[in-house]
Amino acid sequence: MTAVTQRPADAASAASSAGGAPTLPPGIDLKKLAERAVVPLRHPLRWVITALVLVLLLNVGQTLFTNPSWEWAKVGQWFFSPAILKGLQLTLLATGISAVVSFLGGIVVALGRLSGNPVLSTLSWLYIWLFRSVPLILVLIFLFNLGNLYPTVGVGIPFGPQWAVPTFTVLSPLVLGVIGLSLSEIAYSAEVVRSGVLAVDQGQHEAAKALGIPQRRQFSRIVLPQALRSIVPAYVNQIIGLLKASSLLFYVSLLDLFGVVQNLGSTYPTDIIPLLVVATIWYLILTSAISIVQYYIERFYARGSVRELPPTPLQQVRRRIASIRATTDAGRTIS
Amino acid sequence: MTATNTATAIEIHNATKSYGEKRVLKGVDLTVEAGTVTVILGPSGSGKSTLLRAINHLEKLDEGYVALNGELIGVRALLGRRSGDRLKELREKEILRQRAKIGFVFQNFNLFPHLTILENVSEAPISHGVKPKDAREHARVLLARVGLADKEGAYPRQLSGGQQQRVAIARALALEPEVILFDEPTSALDPELVGEVLSVIRTLAGSGKTLIVVTHEIGFAREVADRVVFMDDGLVVEEGTPAEVLSNPRNLRTQDFLSKVLA
Repeated sequence: MTAVTQRPADAASAASSAGGAPTLPPGIDLKKLAERAVVPLRHPLRWVITALVLVLLLNVGQTLFTNPSWEWAKVGQWFFSPAILKGLQLTLLATGISAVVSFLGGIVVALGRLSGNPVLSTLSWLYIWLFRSVPLILVLIFLFNLGNLYPTVGVGIPFGPQWAVPTFTVLSPLVLGVIGLSLSEIAYSAEVVRSGVLAVDQGQHEAAKALGIPQRRQFSRIVLPQALRSIVPAYVNQIIGLLKASSLLFYVSLLDLFGVVQNLGSTYPTDIIPLLVVATIWYLILTSAISIVQYYIERFYARGSVRELPPTPLQQVRRRIASIRATTDAGRTIS
Repeated sequence: MTATNTATAIEIHNATKSYGEKRVLKGVDLTVEAGTVTVILGPSGSGKSTLLRAINHLEKLDEGYVALNGELIGVRALLGRRSGDRLKELREKEILRQRAKIGFVFQNFNLFPHLTILENVSEAPISHGVKPKDAREHARVLLARVGLADKEGAYPRQLSGGQQQRVAIARALALEPEVILFDEPTSALDPELVGEVLSVIRTLAGSGKTLIVVTHEIGFAREVADRVVFMDDGLVVEEGTPAEVLSNPRNLRTQDFLSKVLA
């Protein structure tokens, strides 16, 4: 039954699969058609969607100027105000120090987890487990109550003489804040580093061993630079998360960018919207700056992994300008 | 190519190795004279790569030992213990020092992709304390010897497979090892690139280095080898000059393998 009722499409495919060129209406030469450029596939729907999205964006954009509640004049006033800049400075300081500390700490903990020493790898696993489980805000508040838990810190021989100082004379709120951020960040960056190290081909470890390269240099010169290629994007993600997580320092009475905005907002309740805009713009600027740095670091570690690196956006712009100049120069010489 | 110097370079005694239940090496004995070229042949899974990797201790043996010029590799004798005399594994640091005397060329080259060709070749000597300037100078000489003097600034992925393997050979030579081990050096290459790598190895063979080559290139074995070793199922089943093993194999499994390979 099925063999008898054959659909036209099947018939056509059967005909073409029989070999040779497809049949065209009489008088049309396929070879003639093939002489002209192939017409690329058009995407009309893309243009419709683009138009719709543009209309929506313009609508929202328009309200930015027509809605007086945005109060752009006040945004301008607050943007570089000393209080905001001071908060920004604290955000940068806390994020910067924590980023460096947690990267180095992450390498140490990752090496611990990867090591053949069962005590080290278990300890590292426990550390990661603990600080990934506890919310950052809890870690911070815990640390700020350290004075209640351990009024003094120091070293000594158990049950023997002790040397101790009051907790808060050695640990300022900023130091505690950075410690809190770093403790939790190390747990995440350790896993980022570990995944990067595992991504390096086993043959690389073997080649380094076969050449008798000392172990420390195997890691620093052969494994880590290759691992960084996959570590960098993931770790920059972590840093951006850290940048925003630093706003939690407000809850332990440290005035970072977000904290300052919160404070000013309660002092000047009418300025709350412009203040939020100020904070948003600053966070946008910081994240953009980090992304640009990321681009160049990734490029650096990509050397050797592709045959030729694609040009940077700046190089692209320069080349385009040069080519435009070249064509206009050519035009002039002809005329 | 008769070896006038009959000093033993490598002695392998009762090499035994298992991966879980699977016994890969079942007690291999092999002696390699200094300055000779030994080619190891055998079907895949016969344990030839494992044996080669055991020589520079990339694989630990369960029993048996490997000695280079009379020095045990990767282990030392532990004497006068109540539990009896036995072999004990060395510290990684010691093993790394020993490996500097044994060059190794991998099937997949394993060049360091983030380092230039010159850095690839000079890396090991620098890490062993040679002055960077001297190491680079020596590396240039070696690169010239494998015909890649003009590529020192390139990265490995910018080279063809044959060129990469030649860099890998230069890298293995950089430490001036007493022995060089080749683990199927041409198996990952396109057929037209095999020749350039084999000709570099041929030149080395003429220079008096001790070479051990695991390969499937029967023609190369016939031409360059002083000794041919045939392995099957974790054991050396036949050993002799190329003429003996390749032209008049006595062992049934050798005959079977050669008839398949040469067909």
